[in-house]
Amino acid sequence: MNAGVAMSGLLAVEVPYWATAIIKMGVIALVIPTAALVLGYVFLMKIMSFMQSRLGPMEAGPYGTLQLLADGLKFLQKEDIFPEKADRTVFALAPLVVLVSTFLIYVVIPTGPDAVVAQLDVGIFYALAVSSLSVVGILMAGWASANKYALMGGLRAAGQLIAYELPLVLAVMGVVIQAGTLDLQKIVTAQATGEIFGWDGIGNPFILTQFVGFFIFLVAVQAELTQPPFDMPVAESEIVGGYQVEYTGFRFLFFFMGEFGTAFAFAALAAVMFLGGWALPWGDLEHWAFNIVGPVIMLVKVMAVAALIFWFRFTYPRLREDQLQRLAWKFLIPLSLLNIVVTGVFKVIL
Amino acid sequence: MIAEHVAFGIIAAVMVASALRVVTTRDIVHAALYLVIVLAGVAALFLLVGAEFTGITQVLIYIGAVIVLFLFGIMLTRSDFDQDTETDHKRKFPAVLTALLLVAVMIGALVDRFEGVRLDANLPGGQTPQTTAQVSDELFSQYIVPFEAVSVLLLAALIGAIVIARREEGG
Repeated sequence: MNAGVAMSGLLAVEVPYWATAIIKMGVIALVIPTAALVLGYVFLMKIMSFMQSRLGPMEAGPYGTLQLLADGLKFLQKEDIFPEKADRTVFALAPLVVLVSTFLIYVVIPTGPDAVVAQLDVGIFYALAVSSLSVVGILMAGWASANKYALMGGLRAAGQLIAYELPLVLAVMGVVIQAGTLDLQKIVTAQATGEIFGWDGIGNPFILTQFVGFFIFLVAVQAELTQPPFDMPVAESEIVGGYQVEYTGFRFLFFFMGEFGTAFAFAALAAVMFLGGWALPWGDLEHWAFNIVGPVIMLVKVMAVAALIFWFRFTYPRLREDQLQRLAWKFLIPLSLLNIVVTGVFKVIL
Repeated sequence: MIAEHVAFGIIAAVMVASALRVVTTRDIVHAALYLVIVLAGVAALFLLVGAEFTGITQVLIYIGAVIVLFLFGIMLTRSDFDQDTETDHKRKFPAVLTALLLVAVMIGALVDRFEGVRLDANLPGGQTPQTTAQVSDELFSQYIVPFEAVSVLLLAALIGAIVIARREEGG
């Protein structure tokens, strides 16, 4: 049940375990910067400019398509600066911790019947667990910078991420109860083979029954990404740039890739859990062609979810710290608990 | 089995080295970060014996929440970035003695119970990874009483924490 098996079947050669592992890691290592680049260009540069009645970057390449590549090259050329009182080892490791956390999420995201790095029984639970590792990296960055703005940003980030971790996990519970599994691949199958009151025309994408969960998940993802309106931790008008303030060059690039790579990964998780993932509700799910069509279907759905995420980002003003905490603890968490109870009751009745 | 033994050896060595650094480093933030490595090692050991769900829970709870709370507390209460000597306190030797005693008791108990015992590879969790469904089935049938007892205990701790916090707020 993985890409290596399919590949060796196709080429009729035995690919050793270590070789498939290296190929898979290489694929993820390529996907993350590409995902960051695509989201950064399409949404951060073009859609945002469109919403603000301006053109955005137009000089580098046709319609400014190469702008982020040029920015990336510029970052690589910059001097690698450490603040004088910084804790050098921790300072250097922090962006890597954030990026590794992003890297690990991609391991379980399925894009076809065989096109997945590892199909884990704990699937979505694993994805949420490793995504929470980035908090440690952010706190490390905030502390090691030896800068009061960075420290405050780190603390704000930690408080926010702890608060929104709960609704994120609880929102997923509804889907897990309905599908009866944590395995992302089986969640896809459950939606593709599902029926709406006996009609199986479009399967049963969980967004129809779990729209509350979908809403909570998207809000919590927004907060996990520390994007506006939840950008207190990096509020440039108050604390300069939060935990990122002392970072330049390729270390800052790591944070940038981590943020947009995680946005892509969360959009992919939402697409898998609520929009049916790589599958089409008709046809043989085990057919090899889904390994080629699946990633395309996934990309379309991921871009749709990402459009929602970034639409929120560009529309709403920043929440105050108390509003932010109140939203999580007094609204999202009770609502998600209620959603779990209702889903559980329907699961037993139906 | 050889590969698993090698993996266990490497993970255990890293864990012991990091655990020693947790108590010997003078910087309390570094101590917390070394603790992350130790806890990640525990998660890796769980994965090594096929307990996927437990391993992932270890990551989510201990690294994602407990350590973050530690770091949060340290950073909220300390303002100086310089080396911190308070972690090196005078009752060092009694502490070492207690730790050694604890190690001796644990080794004694483990050897006494498991000497010569070999895990059955066909049991769930032996050879094939234990599935989440198996864990939940056992938790909610065979171990339902301890499970509920722990739930009530946690609820009591939760209410206690709220009561203490509110009293301090009022007085």
